[in-house]
Amino acid sequence: MALSLFDGKGTPLERQRFTWRELVGKPISKLDDDAFTRVRIILMNGIEAEALRFGHNAARMSAELREPLAAVRRIEQHQQTMVNWLLGADHSPLETTIGYEQVAIEVTAALARTEPDPYVAQALRFAMLEDFDHLYRYSALMDRLTGMDPNNILQCYTDILPGRPTSAEHRAPHDDLARPWDKRTAAPLTKLHTMTITAGEQQTHDYYMNVGPMFADPIARQTYAEIASIEEQHVTQYESLLDPTQSLIEQWLLHEANEAYLYYGCAQQEPNPRIKAIWERMLDYELGHFRLACECMKRYEKRDPAELFPEQLPELFPYESNRNFVREVLGRELELAKRGLDFVPRSDESRASIDYRAQLNSAGSPTDIVAAGYHWRPGTELNLRAVNL
Amino acid sequence: MEKSSELTLKNRTGMQLSPRHARELLETVESAGAAIPLENGQALAAARGAYIAEADPLGTLPAPATLKGVLKSGAKMVAGLRPQVFIDKLAERAAFERGGTRLYEALLAKFAAEARASRNIAANTDLTEERLVRMRAEEAEHFALVSECIETLGADPTVETPSADVIGVASLGLLQVVSDPRTSLTQSLQALLAAELIDREGWELLITMADELGERDIVTRFREALRQEDEHLLSVRRWHVSLSLGASGAD
Repeated sequence: MALSLFDGKGTPLERQRFTWRELVGKPISKLDDDAFTRVRIILMNGIEAEALRFGHNAARMSAELREPLAAVRRIEQHQQTMVNWLLGADHSPLETTIGYEQVAIEVTAALARTEPDPYVAQALRFAMLEDFDHLYRYSALMDRLTGMDPNNILQCYTDILPGRPTSAEHRAPHDDLARPWDKRTAAPLTKLHTMTITAGEQQTHDYYMNVGPMFADPIARQTYAEIASIEEQHVTQYESLLDPTQSLIEQWLLHEANEAYLYYGCAQQEPNPRIKAIWERMLDYELGHFRLACECMKRYEKRDPAELFPEQLPELFPYESNRNFVREVLGRELELAKRGLDFVPRSDESRASIDYRAQLNSAGSPTDIVAAGYHWRPGTELNLRAVNL
Repeated sequence: MEKSSELTLKNRTGMQLSPRHARELLETVESAGAAIPLENGQALAAARGAYIAEADPLGTLPAPATLKGVLKSGAKMVAGLRPQVFIDKLAERAAFERGGTRLYEALLAKFAAEARASRNIAANTDLTEERLVRMRAEEAEHFALVSECIETLGADPTVETPSADVIGVASLGLLQVVSDPRTSLTQSLQALLAAELIDREGWELLITMADELGERDIVTRFREALRQEDEHLLSVRRWHVSLSLGASGAD
């Protein structure tokens, strides 16, 4: 059954309440829970972080929206807490990082496979190959710094191989921009996909910027610095796909619709009953937020929100391994580059990006250094025995 | 709640539980080409070396603020061991004993919760709340003792010295283990055992240093602290072994 945004009333705002005990409940098990449960937690934390970020920016630009946004933001703050605190303390920052890259690969691949706009799908596949390489570099870092096996986090769903080399991903700022879709003609799914990926990449960037300085090892610190810079480029790319002429309320509505849509998909696919109950509760809360945003659109813009969304949204992408798809894209599109708004063969890359990259890498690239000669093996590269399956 | 020693089919970290995905993973990784010759992280080692060569220290020791401190420091500079090294290690011990006190408090919370449910604890007749409370009190007394000595030597017991900083970093994981509600008493005791082993070695070194500097009174008082730490170590080691054997069904 697909989600209908306008049918369910959701939980009224005044009944969206938490206690500290509820907000800080039992975390998932790093060992026993499915990797895709962690993927959903990391993604939805990023979605809630974006809700707060957007809500604050919108409040600075609109007097009339300040009060309703403040009310919704307070709840989003606590939703984000409840979701993000599901990660147990036995996840080291580096293990959580491996989880973030699994999100970046599997969610981006799933969005690319279901994206109706070919240009947006191309943008997704382009950055996916870069995140795929980040996983390889962080895996090398994990193995060589801590002696841990990144596949304990990935649970065999995601391959650990080089993608477009991180050191070749640095581009001049204008080459990271993309051509925005048109709010009047873009499919609702395209709009939602763009929201999801922008939020996910922004959270990934912020996470790396926060944990990078927690590492003692200088090459770990450099690796986080280098990959965080690419995540900033990815946010630049993805947010520039958004039509900048959308009104604030239209953008707000899109945020709330997307949150509901994603929680709906989480609830549908979650095998852990305790976590599933959280996703269901969050879905009802988001439908309540969506209703409030709809009322604001009717009151202040005299527009019918139903014009923006179909009666039923399509089913959410499945949370599953996209190994074959990633492998195909690797074979076809590894050598792509950017020139302004266009995806071009590497030979046509802009001079500005080539020069920018040469300068930035002129004292060496940490992701090249940390992964030099790295070949993932089951049980780390120190394990020379073949694995019995 | 399932105990962590129970067997289930839930642990998803290994490859054998998901043979289809594991086979696909191995195929993809192997089809990507022959293994690149292992460099054993030589590039990484070189880059680390360059940073180490240029690194600043974590920090420095403060100069003694009091006249007494300056005099003492100057008077003994001529001997082999410099008093400031002793002060640095005393501050390390003070930090560790303070942290150790908190570690016992975290362990007491776990003990109280688990004592109600576990028959293994009953088998360890001297693993009691009273005994743990006393060990906690002794850690706190050791903190007070070391702080007093630092002051007697004319230094500031509120300073965080480089060695105190280092021991704080080194013990982060121990507190994470004991304070996690999901870890068992046995798992927590293993972290405490590591703490007591570190602690014992710390006192040994302090006694050697105090002896070298001719601080007879300190040597006497620290020997008593070491005797208590020896008792802690023996008890924690015995409890840990006993509970580990009990958890594996040997009781």
